[in-house]
Amino acid sequence: MNLLAAALTPVHQRYLLEARQMQALSFAVHIPLVAFGISFPAMVVFVEWLHRRTGDPVYRTLARRWSRVMVALFAVGVITGTILSFEMGLLWPNFTATFGGVFGLGFAIEGFSFFLEAIFIGIYIYGWDRLSPRAHLASAIPIVITGFTGSLMVISVNAWMNHPGGFHLVGGKVVDINPLKALFANSYLWSELIHMYIAGYMVTGFLVAAAYAYGRLRGRWGRYERIALTIPLTIACVAAPVQVLVGDWVARDVAVAQPVKLAAIEGLYRTTDGASEHVLGWYTDGQVKYGIAIPHLLSLLAFHSWNAKIQGLDTVPPSQRPPINVVRFAFQTMVGIGTLLALLGLLYLVVRIRRRRLPTSAWFYRAVVLAGPAATVALIAGWVTTEVGRQPWVVYKVMPTADAVTGAGGIPVGYGALVVTYAALAGAVFWILRRLARAPLDQIDAESPPSPPSPAVA
Amino acid sequence: MLQTLPLVFALAGLALYTVLAGADFGAGFWLLFAGRGESADRIREHSHHSMAPVWEANHVWLIFVLTVTWTAYPVFFGSIASTLAVAFFIAALGIILRGASYALRSGTARRRETRAVDTVFAVASLITPFALGAAAGGIASERVPVGNAAGSLVTSWLNPTSILIGVLAVASSAYLAAVYLAADAARIGHPELERAFRTRALAAGVIAGAIAVGGLAVIESDAHSLFEELIRDGALAAMIASVLAGAATLGLVWGRRFEAARYSAALAVAAVIGGWALARYPTLLPGLSVHQAAASHDSLVTLVVAVIGGAVILFPSLGLLFRLTLTGRFDPHRDEVHPGSAAAQALRPAFGARLAVALLIIGVGLLNVATAPWAHGIGVVSLFGFIVVAFFAVVPRALTEDP
Ligand code: HDD
Ligand code: HEM
Ligand code: HEM
Repeated sequence: MNLLAAALTPVHQRYLLEARQMQALSFAVHIPLVAFGISFPAMVVFVEWLHRRTGDPVYRTLARRWSRVMVALFAVGVITGTILSFEMGLLWPNFTATFGGVFGLGFAIEGFSFFLEAIFIGIYIYGWDRLSPRAHLASAIPIVITGFTGSLMVISVNAWMNHPGGFHLVGGKVVDINPLKALFANSYLWSELIHMYIAGYMVTGFLVAAAYAYGRLRGRWGRYERIALTIPLTIACVAAPVQVLVGDWVARDVAVAQPVKLAAIEGLYRTTDGASEHVLGWYTDGQVKYGIAIPHLLSLLAFHSWNAKIQGLDTVPPSQRPPINVVRFAFQTMVGIGTLLALLGLLYLVVRIRRRRLPTSAWFYRAVVLAGPAATVALIAGWVTTEVGRQPWVVYKVMPTADAVTGAGGIPVGYGALVVTYAALAGAVFWILRRLARAPLDQIDAESPPSPPSPAVA
Repeated sequence: MLQTLPLVFALAGLALYTVLAGADFGAGFWLLFAGRGESADRIREHSHHSMAPVWEANHVWLIFVLTVTWTAYPVFFGSIASTLAVAFFIAALGIILRGASYALRSGTARRRETRAVDTVFAVASLITPFALGAAAGGIASERVPVGNAAGSLVTSWLNPTSILIGVLAVASSAYLAAVYLAADAARIGHPELERAFRTRALAAGVIAGAIAVGGLAVIESDAHSLFEELIRDGALAAMIASVLAGAATLGLVWGRRFEAARYSAALAVAAVIGGWALARYPTLLPGLSVHQAAASHDSLVTLVVAVIGGAVILFPSLGLLFRLTLTGRFDPHRDEVHPGSAAAQALRPAFGARLAVALLIIGVGLLNVATAPWAHGIGVVSLFGFIVVAFFAVVPRALTEDP
């Protein structure tokens, strides 16, 4: 039946690197917004629920303010996500043409999930004064759920790319496709998903808290600000230590499924029994220079055994190794930031529970101001580890990225245009967030939702 | 049958996108041609407000079309995306600019800012439908061969048929939007706006109709085989239906029966897409039929099941959104709040903290020390339990204490 299953023929693309960078740029813009999509609705609902329980108007004001930020960021999340969907064809047509039947289902379900998210965000925002309080609160629950299912679907595709299954290759043709097995019967999926989901809460929590911590350092501090700081900060601070634990789980899955990626992360050239872990340093000539070596730690962490054998980069030819230092640096950045944030989180929890108050030191609030951007950096660094660490494969050990790329010319032009557009977009988002932050408190509460009450185009 | 079903879904999605998002694009068009002075400001406000709450939802239809296409007809998708890359890229930039200016507008305070943002919005609203229409024209006129960027990057979307369809896309968007905005103005009881958009709807309808009919001559000379197929059997019937629906809409708008005009206008546009599909079926690209392009049996079955399952959830939700926005009011009765029983008291902090620590220890044991998958599962659940319990142990008191 399937006469053309061999799909499109790979072509030589001079600008493969630019295509990869274009993809990376688009992700780096999309993913922090996604973090808000995953977790911000839950925070907004929690505050609205507090209003319902206590009747205290301060919660209502806060929920309304946050929901305006939520819609603005959601709108930007939608467009950057749409760009990513386009890029699946614009940059990697052969990847899609060859494996669309295997992984496409994930994106199709994701599409529905985002559809529902968009619908209920519309209802939630539009319904502030039109729905009964109970119905309004209920209308937010699908937003929280679809934020989760949406990332579940995307991550299932990414997990499949990293640990492919659910099909066979026979003479270059993809046969015996079982999309459900490919996407969901994948051991790699769960650790990746949970790690990303918690990252979403950390990034949003620390970023929102950072805004109010900054305000506190400059003297803006009242009941409203204290509540607005405490809720996101507490979520982020309890999530941060858990993220370190989940990260350990992810790393063990990588060790089993992608030994070369692990070797790149650690800069391990020779296959070694009882390998040591190198902290910091720089990889050259098959070893890590200027790093701190901790004997046996790598074997212990990866396989829970003192002398476990760790595969080195020497197990594959040089053309099949990712750029070691990029992966290593990204990984160390993530783990370094993750550890510091976990310590910050524990400090906060101890002060809260022991002293029964918020920390008072200005240094604590300075650290929180930094924690927001730092968590975002860790988020992107984590994705760089995953994606660059998978190179030169787009589907691990099945399809090289060079075979997936488009044959169309003009990639540098597109890349340049995208850089300019995204720079403008970033400026615009910054501007609107400042605007929303500056609007006086009572104004927001009195004013109706962002879309004034007039009937809509059907 | 199975191999055609996803195509039907994709075309239905495309028709919905053309109609719903088309009306949004058209609203952007009218921002640009609102005229001057105070009445122009009102026209702009009206254009903008009408689409606000449904904007995101309308545009997800495009995502739906893309994902169904690449899952069900991967080779077809790879070929068009690579050859028509320039047109799609322009559409993508238009979508970014449109979305960004949409998000920005809610933050604008001064008139000058609003105008600047509106202009970007309006220009992006022209570019995007034009580029998407031009891409469709390239496929329709057989300028996209099978292969990785095997066709011309320029003439595949800059040719007589593409330009025709691009312009038609812009004109019909403007037409749809004017009809819808007139209907909205009539419902909120604003005669001045109603008159303004009625005139616009009539003018845009006549122009779009003229382009469509005149365009047949362009297709006849530029894409002769498409023309032949368009005037046969089912395709011809669809074309006639479109003309009739278009004419009926003009009559309805003339007679100020806007609600009915909403649907006939949508029908006129959707019928064109149906006609194109019927004309070409079963060919997708030169030398590539629906059956050759279709993904494997299992992929199609799961996709169809997923789409139907998704639709069962989606359509009621969409209905809710439209009901809410179209009637302006959904559930007027308000129930009272329950003060007093603050979340705080649900969990006593001291107990909560101990429970949290216990969950954390269990989680570490099962996730980080044990290696069996089932242990990992329970470990993750305990860690989530830790997050929730610790949050509730810590947060409530902070909400009531003094700064
Ligand atoms: C707030 C963000 C954040 C923080 C603090 C951490 N991570 Fe992470 N990490 C991510 C955000 C992230 C991520 C962006 O979400 C990634 C990319 C892919 C994924 O599943 O999660 C990721 C990937 C990722 C990978 C690669 C997975 C792969 O290649 O498929 C490993 C091995 C770790 N992480 C390990 C850790 C460890 C041991 C951490 C402890 C300190 C840690 N991460 C903290
Ligand atoms: C499905 C098709 C995909 C393709 C073809 C693809 C391919 C690529 C390529 C080639 C890069 C650049 C690597 C480099 O710079 O060396 C990249 C980076 C990246 N990808 Fe993927 N990827 C895909 C899916 C995903 C998915 C589903 C996710 C997330 C769930 C993801 C997240 C990322 C991130 C975060 C980066 C790096 C960002 C940065 O460097 O700043 N990718 N991808
Ligand atoms: C190849 C990769 C990706 C593609 C094609 C993609 C596509 C999209 C699209 C089309 C949207 C807009 C949905 C709408 O219109 O409502 C979107 C938003 C979203 N994406 Fe992505 N995305 C990708 C990567 C990711 C990653 C890495 C994540 C995170 C795990 C993610 C999670 C989300 C979420 C939660 C939203 C909801 C919008 C928001 O809340 O801001 N996506 N994505």
